[in-house]
Amino acid sequence: MAKTKKQPEASAIGAISKTLTGISGLDEITLGGLPTGRPTLICGEAGSGKTLFSIEFIVKGALDYNEPGVFMAFEEKADELKTNVASLGFDLDKLEKEKKIRLDYVHIDRSEIEETGEYDLEGLFIRLGYAIDSIGAKRVVLDTIENLFSGLKNEGILRAEIRRLFQFLKSKGVTAVITGERGEKSLTRQGLEEYVSDCVILLDHRIINQISTRRLRIVKYRGSVHGTNEYPFLIDDEGISVLPVTSLELNKKVSSDSISSGVPALDKMLGNAGFFRGSSILASGTAGTGKTSIAASFANATCLRNEKCLFFAFEESPKQIIRNMRSIGMDLQKHVDKGKLEFYASRPTLFGLEMHLVAIHKAIRKFKPDVVILDPITNLITIGSVSEVKTMLVRLIDFLQTEQITVMFTALTLNNIVNEQTDEGVSSLVDAWLLIRDIENNGERNRGLYIMKSRGMKHSNQIREFIITDKGLDLVDVFLTEDGVLTGSAREARLLLEQTGEIIHEQAISRKDRELIRKRKVLESKIDSLRSEYESAEEELNKVYVEEALKKQIMGDTLSKMTDLRRANVSAQEKSISKKGKK
Amino acid sequence: MENNGGLNPDNGTTGEHFNLRLFIAGSSPVSARAIKNIRDICEEFLKNRYTLEIIDAHQQPLLVKDENVTAIPMLIKKTPSPKKRLIGDFSNLEKVLLGLGIR
Repeated sequence: MAKTKKQPEASAIGAISKTLTGISGLDEITLGGLPTGRPTLICGEAGSGKTLFSIEFIVKGALDYNEPGVFMAFEEKADELKTNVASLGFDLDKLEKEKKIRLDYVHIDRSEIEETGEYDLEGLFIRLGYAIDSIGAKRVVLDTIENLFSGLKNEGILRAEIRRLFQFLKSKGVTAVITGERGEKSLTRQGLEEYVSDCVILLDHRIINQISTRRLRIVKYRGSVHGTNEYPFLIDDEGISVLPVTSLELNKKVSSDSISSGVPALDKMLGNAGFFRGSSILASGTAGTGKTSIAASFANATCLRNEKCLFFAFEESPKQIIRNMRSIGMDLQKHVDKGKLEFYASRPTLFGLEMHLVAIHKAIRKFKPDVVILDPITNLITIGSVSEVKTMLVRLIDFLQTEQITVMFTALTLNNIVNEQTDEGVSSLVDAWLLIRDIENNGERNRGLYIMKSRGMKHSNQIREFIITDKGLDLVDVFLTEDGVLTGSAREARLLLEQTGEIIHEQAISRKDRELIRKRKVLESKIDSLRSEYESAEEELNKVYVEEALKKQIMGDTLSKMTDLRRANVSAQEKSISKKGKK
Repeated sequence: MENNGGLNPDNGTTGEHFNLRLFIAGSSPVSARAIKNIRDICEEFLKNRYTLEIIDAHQQPLLVKDENVTAIPMLIKKTPSPKKRLIGDFSNLEKVLLGLGIR
């Protein structure tokens, strides 16, 4: 596996071929490992991890890359070495039986030795040569060859022999690691760097503010480009992990997928969707504003979506968080049991900032979460300066974004003034920033939440009141009045007041309505009476008319009758006349 | 060679038996010189009460490891105790005698 990986690279570039060390992170920094067939010097102070480094090189080679190795110890006895590395899960005995590694303890006791003339170190060469040939070793470690100087007096011979030894190793074609104790002015006490010129790695163990940080730097690597920074590394139960820090390019893939924050009302404020996947979110606020609750609610939502969440707690123990969150209606234990949620609790002062970063990296790589929560990052400031914390977080965000992991930080702001920067200065790094403010009013404290920023999203600009109930978190609208923002009981009172007002108002309206109806009724009845009055008047008038008409008619009739009557006389005369005439 | 008259009153003929093992590397000039020197010294100081085993390190690498041989030539004094290792071509008689505990 290693070979197929190594060869194309070497042939493609045409540069020196490299041997993968198997030490996580180191192969990234060296762009492929240590130079094949050449010696590499690893130097550092006592306790900087040189021996562990070299033994891991041998063991990983034997286990993962099928390259047997010889470990020649000048310091520790084989048994001691076996015991020491057994805690890392390396079974040297088994590997030795399988002929994958060979341990040789070279011990020179000055009190036992008398130098009586000219000599050389042929014995060492023979042993080494035999060990290499007997298992076909590809890797060799000499730890720490400088011990020869304390055993033998003749420095001239020693130097000549060491030079010859490196020639010998090169002629054997083995990839060698030589360790050396750091000297005061030079890299190693005996100036081994004179002999090993291909690759020099410096291990450092610094204590700043009582907190130790291990760092690694590639001093030189002839014929190859390599990372030149100091890289923090961690030694834990799995050996060494070096952190290849920032890939400085900003070309990560982005997702426009959104995931819920766990608070529906907050999702609504965030363009009705929540946070973008793979984004970084900062929730900051003063003490006791519910930052952890927001974080836990986000974790809860993640687990409910059947995704994995890794919760880094720097303040509270996991049990404490679970208990506290139960009180607001979130059962995190259930997720823990299902393996969806994992807590990683450590005191910030446990180790240095860089170590935290390495530890976080490791935990993330192991658990492969979809969401990571750091609660709170403020505590990290106790172990590093603002700029250091910022650099660390940049690296972390960087790493998480490449892995498409959403991260939520919580941060404590120390005063009530809304500052434009959080203490860690991470606000410019994050994609979304929720700010929780204390609103002190009316003898009580309430929480107001607003979204300071949310990149790439149409978000609400409103301050909402953030309430924590035993059913979870919620956001309610605050009341903006001429008196200012009302929250808490003032808001409730206002709400009540408004409700009362509404009822009174409603009542008033209905009373007015009724009055109106009554008035209408009165008017209507008035209209009715007027109408009947009118009708009677009309009737009266009509009667007069009728009477008059009747009278007229009757009078007319009578008149005509009278005329008729008068005429009748005439006619009767005429009749009689005619009657008479006929006769 | 130094004059060491009076240093060994019994001339090495009495006392404990010396078990010596000499590691050399092939036929290098240093090795040859070492063999000659140690033989001379033994004959002079430990006559008839020493066993000298000469081992070519190239031929017996396992023994080299087991005996924790580093520098060559190396003479290991197995008995009498204390166990001592002498390295070099044994040209410094003073030191050889000191190392062997004869003085």
